[in-house]
Formats: sequence, C-alpha cells, structure tokens
Amino acid sequence: MAITNIKNLKEFSTANERFEGAHLLCPGCAHSMIVRELMNATDDNLVIASNTGCLEVSTAVYPYTSWDTSWIHIGFENAATAVSGAEAMYKARKRKGTLKDPDAPVKFVAFGGDGSTYDIGFQWLSGAVERGHDFTYICLDNENYANTGGQRSSATPIGAHTSTAQAGRVSYGKKEKKKDLVAIMAAHGAPYVAQLAPNKWKIMAKGFQKALETEGPCFINTVSACTTEWKFDPKDTIHITDLATDTLMFPIYEIINGHELNILYRPKNIIPVEEYLAAQGRYKHLFKPENRHVIEQIQKEINEKWEYLQRREEARV
Amino acid sequence: MSRGVLATEKRGIRELGAEEFVGWDEVTQGVILPSFESELKENVSHIRPEERDYSDFNSYTATVASWRVIKPVYNRDICIDCQNCWVWCPDTSIISRDKQMLGIDYDHCKGCGVCVEVCPTNPKSLLMFGEAEETEDALAKWPEKKKKAK
Ligand SMILES: Cc1ncc(C[n+]2csc(CCOP(=O)(O)OP(=O)(O)O)c2C)c(N)n1
Ligand code: SF4
Ligand code: SF4
Ligand code: SF4
Ligand SMILES: [Mg+2]
Repeated sequence: MAITNIKNLKEFSTANERFEGAHLLCPGCAHSMIVRELMNATDDNLVIASNTGCLEVSTAVYPYTSWDTSWIHIGFENAATAVSGAEAMYKARKRKGTLKDPDAPVKFVAFGGDGSTYDIGFQWLSGAVERGHDFTYICLDNENYANTGGQRSSATPIGAHTSTAQAGRVSYGKKEKKKDLVAIMAAHGAPYVAQLAPNKWKIMAKGFQKALETEGPCFINTVSACTTEWKFDPKDTIHITDLATDTLMFPIYEIINGHELNILYRPKNIIPVEEYLAAQGRYKHLFKPENRHVIEQIQKEINEKWEYLQRREEARV
Repeated sequence: MSRGVLATEKRGIRELGAEEFVGWDEVTQGVILPSFESELKENVSHIRPEERDYSDFNSYTATVASWRVIKPVYNRDICIDCQNCWVWCPDTSIISRDKQMLGIDYDHCKGCGVCVEVCPTNPKSLLMFGEAEETEDALAKWPEKKKKAK
C-alpha cells in the first residue's frame, strides 16, 4: 500500500489534507487533531463512518461536510456496523468484478466517542470485531458524553466531576473506575489493538498505518483532551495531553494478536499525577483535604498498571 | 481583514447560516452530499487543496473567522519550519507546502492558540494578537529573544 512518509514532521507535512476547516468543533478540540493525524498518515482511499458525538455532529452541519473522503453519517452506536457493511459489499463487488477501479487501495475506518464505544455502541463494535471485518475502529476518548453536555461514561476516571457524577458536599465526583476497553478489545483476539495520543504524533501516525495495513479488525483508543468538559484553556490541549502521557494516566502501548504487548512510549521523567489533575477544572475538588485520598488512589493505580504493562511486555504472553 | 495565505475564490466565502439551500427538514434519509463539483479523476490525496474543485457543500467554502477574538500572527524571520504548528492545528489552518510553513488560513482559524503554544523558537514565530491588529503593527511589536533564566 502507498503510505505517507512519516519519517519526520517535515515529510509528514507534505500530505494533502482531506479533513477541511470550518467544522464546528470547539477551538482547541483534540478530536480533529487525531482525525488529521489519521487521514494524513495514508493516501489510500478511505471509507469512514462516524458514531454520533462531537465529531460527527460538528463535521456535518447541513449543508456542509468537512470530509473529502467517503463518509457515512450514522446512528449513535452504528459506525462499526455501517463500515463492516460497506467493507462486506466492497469485498463482494470485488469478487464479482463490478468495481469501477478494483486496484485502487481502500481502507475502512470507524470513529466513535467513548460514550458510543465503551457504552452504547459496545455490542456493535464487539460484533464487528468478532465477525472479523477488515477495518480500523478509532475511539476518540474524551472520557465523557461531551456532545450532550458532559455526562459520565464508563471511560470517565474515578474522581472526575461530570454533569451526572457531580462533585459537591457529599461526593467527590465519579466513584467508579475507568473500564479497561483496550484489554477487552485485545481479548477479542483482534490482530492489532493500541492506545495512542496525538501529542506523540509519530507513534500515533505509525500506529494508524500499522492498523490500516493489518488485515482484520483493529482497535485504537486515543486520548482526546476536551477543553470544554475537562475545563482547561483551549491553547493548552497539547500541554494537557503531554501531562496525560507523561504521568502515565494514559500509557501508550499496543497489543498484537491479543497477547504480544509492546510499550510504545516511556516518559524520561514520570510526572506525579497531581500535576495532570491540577491542570483541569474537572478535578479541582480533589485538592480539598477530605478528597486527597482519591488522588493517592489514582496514583497507586497508575503505578500498578505501569508495573503490570511492563511485566506483560517482558513475559511476551 | 486578510483571509490569509493561499486563499482561493472558493475558500471561506460563506458565512455559516447565510447559505441558500433546501431546508434541513427537506433532506431525506440516505441523502448524499458531494464534497467536489465533479467526479475526481485522481485520488484526492494527490491533489493540492487549492487545485480541488470543491462543491458548495464542502465546509472549505465556509468561514468561521467570526469566532475569533484573538488571532495568531506569523513571523517568517524566526520560523525554522519545524511543522509543530501544522501537525497540531485542529482547524487545518496552518498552510504548509513543500515542507515550508507559508502562513495562516484566516478563513478557518478559530484563534485557539495551540500553534503558538507548540512553537519552539525563541522568541516564538507565532504570537496571539487582538483580531483588529494589523499584521505590520504586530510584527513591529515582536519581542526580543528571551534570555534563559539562571
Ligand atoms: C441512541 C442514542 N442515544 C443518545 C443519543 C444522544 N447523543 C448524541 S451525541 C451523545 C454523546 C456522545 O458522547 P461520546 O460518544 O463520548 O462522543 P463525544 O461527543 O464525547 O465526542 C449522545 C448521548 C443519540 N444520538 N442516540
Ligand atoms: S465539547 Fe469537547 S470534544 Fe466536543 S467539540 Fe468541544 S472540545 Fe471537542
Ligand atoms: S490559532 Fe488554533 S486554529 Fe488558528 S492556526 Fe493556530 S492552532 Fe490553528
Ligand atoms: S511551530 Fe513555529 S517554528 Fe515551527 S513551523 Fe510553526 S511557526 Fe515555524
Ligand atoms: Mg466522549
């Protein structure tokens, strides 16, 4: 397949953009950074479907589309279904010889937010992966239902304030831990599963290329900093994402064929998670004396997870 | 106000909401919006944006310039063409061609300030100014190189 040269950023910047401006995502939204990094990492034709969420709603405000590729606007939970249908039809038409340009490389991609991926569209994603369609599913994980006003999802971390898990006199915000969807997708036996972040553009573009090249269903969870619901200044999206990867709140790793785990980024200096939490309004209340124990718990769980990932990598099982 | 580098006859020419189309309630399920005027003869990722035949449905033809209260100004003299600003602009508004940063697309820039934050030069090659500031005035006010704090 023909892929864009991502050796260095100068080479990468020669890609011809296929995601247009004047979409209506908030200023500083990481969703579009991730979409651009994916679309610029390949020059293959793309068939993309989006679950309902900020990305879908903001890039298809009638009468406009921001997509220069085939793009399917579908229901909240159906991007994996729609794209697996398109992929199945493509294969069938290729077999029957009814494609106009049978040699043109085509890749199938689905985008979903964490609400649609971790929760409401989960069984559709699981089904499409189990059926083994040749597609790449990318979750834009901003840890809340941003498009409908910031409700908690199963991707929201413990201690975060959301509109349906509020911090106040009797509560420190969300009480439950984040679901480990990366492990769940690896357990499907998918050939390529990863967690990536847009601040690490090269690792991310490489991971996208790997997923697009891999035959079969691939799943990538991407951290997507949400200026509106995480409550930080729009200019700081990359700074916040740096803190997410360097505190190991979002470790960057891949899992091949359901078992072979590779850590893709090791911070030179691991930053205490406090710095990441302190930079966002949604964690403000954790710094009150009565909530400090939640910060300690988050740090403890990060340390344990990092230890676990390193041991899994070493063990090659 | 300048529309920025590589503006074309189609780019950012329409205010959101001022378009004349059938109403959204007349759009039926299964409707297709073509991104381009005519069928492409070539893979779109091999055609430069300024050479594409965008249709009126493409958001390339719309502008969000009115969202801005502050704007980034670009100073070519200091820029090292690292492309940090290009890779992280959420609004496809940093225009780079042949590995060179050319400038800003003010039709689509929302003034988030991300490009300024990720610019590594000293002083920065991009800085935020009030929307009404003239580019020449902004460039005349550019700060000196900052000394490293001891
Ligand atoms: C079946 C269904 N339930 C609820 C909704 C309303 N809805 C639209 S977008 C959205 C939130 C999306 O959250 P997420 O998937 O995390 O994407 P984000 O907006 O955060 O990117 C909801 C609940 C819907 N469109 N369809
Ligand atoms: S609410 Fe968050 S995810 Fe949605 S457009 Fe705004 S910044 Fe992006
Ligand atoms: S201010 Fe934001 S939208 Fe404008 S060019 Fe810079 S990064 Fe892009
Ligand atoms: S980030 Fe700064 S130095 Fe790098 S290309 Fe952009 S303006 Fe030039
Ligand atoms: Mg979300």
